[in-house]
Amino acid sequence: MLEVNNLEAYYGESVILKNVCLNVQQGHIVCLLGRNGVGKSTFLKSVMGLVHTPCGSICLNNEEIIDKPTYFRARAGIGYVPQGRDIFPHMTVEENLQLGLEIKGGRGGIPQELYELFPVLKEMLTRKGGDLSGGQQQQLAIARALAVHPKLLLLDEPTEGIQPSIIKDIGRVILRLKKEGYTILIVEQYLEFIFGIADDYYVMDKGAIIAQGLVSAMNKEDIQHKIAI
Amino acid sequence: MNTYFLQVFNGISVSSIFMLAALGLAVTFGLMKIINMAHGEFIMIGAYAAYIIQNIFSRYLPASIFDLYFFVAIPASFFLAGIFGWVLEKLIIRHLYGRALDSILATWGVSLVLQQLARSIFGAPNVDVKSPSWLNGALLVLPGLQLPYKRLFIMLLVIACMTAIYFLMYRSNYGRKIRAVMQNRAMAASLGINTRKIDACTFAFGSGLAGIAGCALTLLGSIGPTLGTNYIVDTFMVVVLGGVGSLWGTIAGGFLIGTGNTTLEFLTNATLGKVLVFTLVILFLQWRPKGLFTINSRSLDE
Repeated sequence: MLEVNNLEAYYGESVILKNVCLNVQQGHIVCLLGRNGVGKSTFLKSVMGLVHTPCGSICLNNEEIIDKPTYFRARAGIGYVPQGRDIFPHMTVEENLQLGLEIKGGRGGIPQELYELFPVLKEMLTRKGGDLSGGQQQQLAIARALAVHPKLLLLDEPTEGIQPSIIKDIGRVILRLKKEGYTILIVEQYLEFIFGIADDYYVMDKGAIIAQGLVSAMNKEDIQHKIAI
Repeated sequence: MNTYFLQVFNGISVSSIFMLAALGLAVTFGLMKIINMAHGEFIMIGAYAAYIIQNIFSRYLPASIFDLYFFVAIPASFFLAGIFGWVLEKLIIRHLYGRALDSILATWGVSLVLQQLARSIFGAPNVDVKSPSWLNGALLVLPGLQLPYKRLFIMLLVIACMTAIYFLMYRSNYGRKIRAVMQNRAMAASLGINTRKIDACTFAFGSGLAGIAGCALTLLGSIGPTLGTNYIVDTFMVVVLGGVGSLWGTIAGGFLIGTGNTTLEFLTNATLGKVLVFTLVILFLQWRPKGLFTINSRSLDE
């Protein structure tokens, strides 16, 4: 599904990622773990084409996309839920969801199943995105990315700064998406959250992958040690 | 009493032209952070487009339909200025995103080139555009108080343009995309919006609005290659005073600058009036640096 090989990424002159290789198989949920500031979010931005990536390869369904612009990658089927959610604050919830449909040229209505996944959004349709709580914004951001059924969903720290009850809701939603056959790449620091959700894990430190494997065979203490501060 | 009323009327009339010119600038400045010093020249291009259409009508078409030329001139001004804007964006502006100072210098150069182009084609002296006869005369409101049809027509034109812009920006798919790019460029691109295409179309649209402003100006006096330079400073002032990127801000800013100009010029004299307006705007911006209406836009914070 997604194959990343020897990826390097830069912010200006400084190297953020070096020689990163990562695979996401069709239908799998992959988790990228690591401390703050080791390059996890930059990795997702590289996949989206939002940072400068001079070398390496990013293949989506065996098609090289590293030299393609961001909007092309989105239209190729990558849905992105950034850290900090990036809801459009001056637009209503409904407009935010409609923008999610732009990938398919803005046609068609908002799928009803989004309201089943996140009932809170239906009550909030006419509210401004910026007025929502952090947890509601997170749900809106996920719903926005799901509006066109992306082939690959990128989630950047979906649990960050969100109350426990909504973390549970989001966990349930991800499990349901997994059952429906979605392929998802999650960046996370909260180890408990990914148990029972993710199939494979990668651990990143200082811009490189330092460990990887199956979540079922994971040594929890060891990994906790690697991502603890 | 009538004199004061007429002053207010003139103020609103001047305001409406500022609004039209400033709206285009607000869209390009707010969306792309490009300080387009050549915006005034799009006003000039719009005015000359009206002049060309007038000449075509008077030379090749029967005199009976001459008065209708203005209805052709308005869209012609819009499209000609828009095409120039689109070409400018494709050739120069798109290499200057994120480089505000370079963009000032480059677009100022473009403005000189366009002025010289106009001089080469139409000659340095001002030319006259003959207003359609149905716009001559005035509406008699009270004895001694006449409102010229031309100025009323310009106000109606501006209201029509405002309404069109409102529906385009807030009620259409395209407007939703523009606003998304304005509020968060990276996220808009991540949702599959081709931000480059939006930039080009929006720049062309903003330039086209300046063209309509130029077309309206032909009703008020003769036009020349430097027509735009007279307006560019006031237009920028409208945008900065109103708040960058806000439609309501531009309307309010245009109204304040327009009526401020005419009122203070009436009370003092032309030079002192200008000085007073500038001073008041500077003082106001000390108090509220972001202008009357602010939107917190990430694209502007970066």
